Amino acid sequence: MSDAPKSLLAVDVRTKKRNAAEARFKAYGLGAIIVAVLALAILITSVFGTGLSAFRQTFITIEVPLPEAKLDKSGVRDLSVMKKVTTIGYKPLLRNGLLAAIDEAGITTDLSKKDIAKLISKEAPATVRNFVLANPDAIGGSMVFDLLANGRIDGFFKDRVTMESAALDDNTSPEALKLARDLKEAGIIQTKLNWGFLFAPDASDQRPEAAGLGVAILGSLYMMIVVLVLALPIGVAASVYLEEFAPRNRLTDIIEVNISNLAAVPSIVYGILGLAIFINFMEFNQSSPLVGGLVLALMTLPTIIISTRASLKSVPPSIRDAALGIGASKMQSVFHHVLPLAAPGILTGTIIGLAQALGETAPLLLIGMVAFVREYPAAYTPDAGLFGEASTALPVQIFNWTQRADPGFVERASGAIIVLLVFLLVMNTIAIILRRKFERRW
Amino acid sequence: MSLSMSVLLAIIVSLAAYFVAPRYVLGLVDGDRRKLASLPKQFGLSAALTVLLPALAVAGVGSVIGMFGIGLPYVVIAVAMLALLYSIVQSRPDFIARNRAERLIGFVLIAASGVAILTTIGIVFSMLFEASNFFRDYHWSDFFFSTEWSPNFRGNSALGIIPLLWGTLYISFIALVFAVPIGLFAAIYLSEYASPRMRSVAKPAIEILAGIPTIVYGLFALITVGPFLRDYFASPMGLGDSASSVMTAGLVMGVMLIPFVSSLSDDIINAVPQAMRDGSFGLGATKSETIRQVVIPAALPGIVGAVLLAASRAIGETMIVVLGAGAAARLSLNPFEAMTTVTVKIVSQLTGDTDFASPETLVAFALGLTLFFITLSLNVIALVIVRKYREQYE
Repeated sequence: MSDAPKSLLAVDVRTKKRNAAEARFKAYGLGAIIVAVLALAILITSVFGTGLSAFRQTFITIEVPLPEAKLDKSGVRDLSVMKKVTTIGYKPLLRNGLLAAIDEAGITTDLSKKDIAKLISKEAPATVRNFVLANPDAIGGSMVFDLLANGRIDGFFKDRVTMESAALDDNTSPEALKLARDLKEAGIIQTKLNWGFLFAPDASDQRPEAAGLGVAILGSLYMMIVVLVLALPIGVAASVYLEEFAPRNRLTDIIEVNISNLAAVPSIVYGILGLAIFINFMEFNQSSPLVGGLVLALMTLPTIIISTRASLKSVPPSIRDAALGIGASKMQSVFHHVLPLAAPGILTGTIIGLAQALGETAPLLLIGMVAFVREYPAAYTPDAGLFGEASTALPVQIFNWTQRADPGFVERASGAIIVLLVFLLVMNTIAIILRRKFERRW
Repeated sequence: MSLSMSVLLAIIVSLAAYFVAPRYVLGLVDGDRRKLASLPKQFGLSAALTVLLPALAVAGVGSVIGMFGIGLPYVVIAVAMLALLYSIVQSRPDFIARNRAERLIGFVLIAASGVAILTTIGIVFSMLFEASNFFRDYHWSDFFFSTEWSPNFRGNSALGIIPLLWGTLYISFIALVFAVPIGLFAAIYLSEYASPRMRSVAKPAIEILAGIPTIVYGLFALITVGPFLRDYFASPMGLGDSASSVMTAGLVMGVMLIPFVSSLSDDIINAVPQAMRDGSFGLGATKSETIRQVVIPAALPGIVGAVLLAASRAIGETMIVVLGAGAAARLSLNPFEAMTTVTVKIVSQLTGDTDFASPETLVAFALGLTLFFITLSLNVIALVIVRKYREQYE
């Protein structure tokens, strides 16, 4: 029976099984890629979903009276005297401004005056005070301000706070939200682009609406400058030596193994190094961009060395031979000919290393960059030296915000991640464009 | 005068030497540069480096080991001035300045390569030093074998590493269980099945995952994955109600490791010679049979190396576990419970108010040292395996 002639075209059981196994195997592979891409998609949508709203902010536009009796009793506009009126002294002015605006719009509410004033952010009196101190002439008149709304009110317009959650919340109430909605219809409350998020400093635990990334971005920028200034020359010099001059011996072997190991050392170990050497031993300032930059530079060094060596290696020996042939020294052949030809590759590797350093968090936690910093750090002060003033950094600021109790900070942290990802995207795009434009195949 | 000021001065002097030395030496031969042994600018370079390098060396070494005290800036300037004098005296027409300049540049290059070694020495010694302080106060066998971790800033803490290591290994294990099959299959599909167009889209997409900073993954674990696992898996199954858990951290870390595993495996699979595949096809094997029975066995050592590297990454990872795993040191098998890791405890013991005399702070250095040696040995084993394997087919 089994000898019955079979058509070659008829698929027998075994072949069917093998083909099915083939199809299954292929499906696993496709499935794996789909899972990976899906994970990326979920990650991006989750971050953008919660973070995009951080770029818009709810403002209350009211006319604030600036009576001379309250702000400058002496009437001589002396700044040192005017500074004695603290933000507490400005609070009633804002409340009066808001109450007047509510009356004018003909809105009625059951809220007490105190609760109405809570619609305005605790940061707002400082805004008005700073304006008055900068423009003493405005005293006596009144001025229209765009003031930050309280975080809960802002959350209400971003669907983070609902009537139900407000009923359980000590910081706001359903009536307050109703009033906010009426004010929005009357045009007194508006949602606008939030430049403060990019440029303002961090704010305390109670006022997520005022928190911004200004100090963090500046600190990250300082650190990137330190990393670039240190890691690029040292990395290039080390690669030139290892690739072009080093004799093949025990020592160079050790250096090479060392570099590939350093590339795989957990980043937190660099933080421990920074804490023990730069802060405890050499006594640099804690939380300064200088120490952060030094640590990140050491961390980036292996990346730069590895990519620089690869691009030096890709320059053909004929270039070196030609230079040597017309009387250049070895050093001249490298610095005048090989290095310029390898420059695009070195630059690409450097940018990728910088991008890595920009997103690194763990080592910075250990050297104290989690500190709460509200002053913009200066690049140089005689006291603190170069990049020595306390600062924070983008990724650490994100971590910091995740540790805060107010739910408004989750939005801020996600928004900050969008900023960070945009920076990384720009850097990587530049790297790709450089590579495309200048890459040469010999 | 501050040290940075004196270094700045030394740089200015060296710049001056760069411009003065060529003029001076040209003056000696009445402007006839044919009589010089080197190009005029080589004289400048040699003089500038002769001034700058000793000054920088004195400044660097002096500030690190505290030599000369507050007189150091003046010593730096004195050294620069002496070197300037020396380089001018040396600038004779028959002096081969190019060789001198290049020898000095050579020193700079060697010093730069030395930074890598200095970094390693710095890492090892800074941790050894502080860890030895820790072991003076705290018995080493209690540290390595005790199963209790409960630091107490009033003293009398139990600082056993076992619960932390358990959390670290458990989370890394879950991450690898997730990342290795997916990464490996993705690499196989991309290198053996995918059309060039599909490859050109999928490969960069997976590589984007590698470029995302770990703080982003941490936040993802905290606000999305953690609550999701708690609401849909842990709570309904009665396994716990904590958003931060071993599972949360493990899964997110797994996502982070996918590109790492897949790009390493991709390289290794591509290194298997085409002739081996062709031989298998010639015997009638299907593509999947070829992959399973020829390509994978041939690539296995390399893949093992890749997995070890991924494991070392997972063990050293910090931000994902800080935000996703929790802070409670616990020995438990339940993956939906919060546990903690070595890296989390390093961060928590070294941030905030730290007192470098108490064992509760110093333990972080012992933890760091342990972490460093675990990851280092994994890396070394992996590199040896990968390198050995690569030589086989080259």
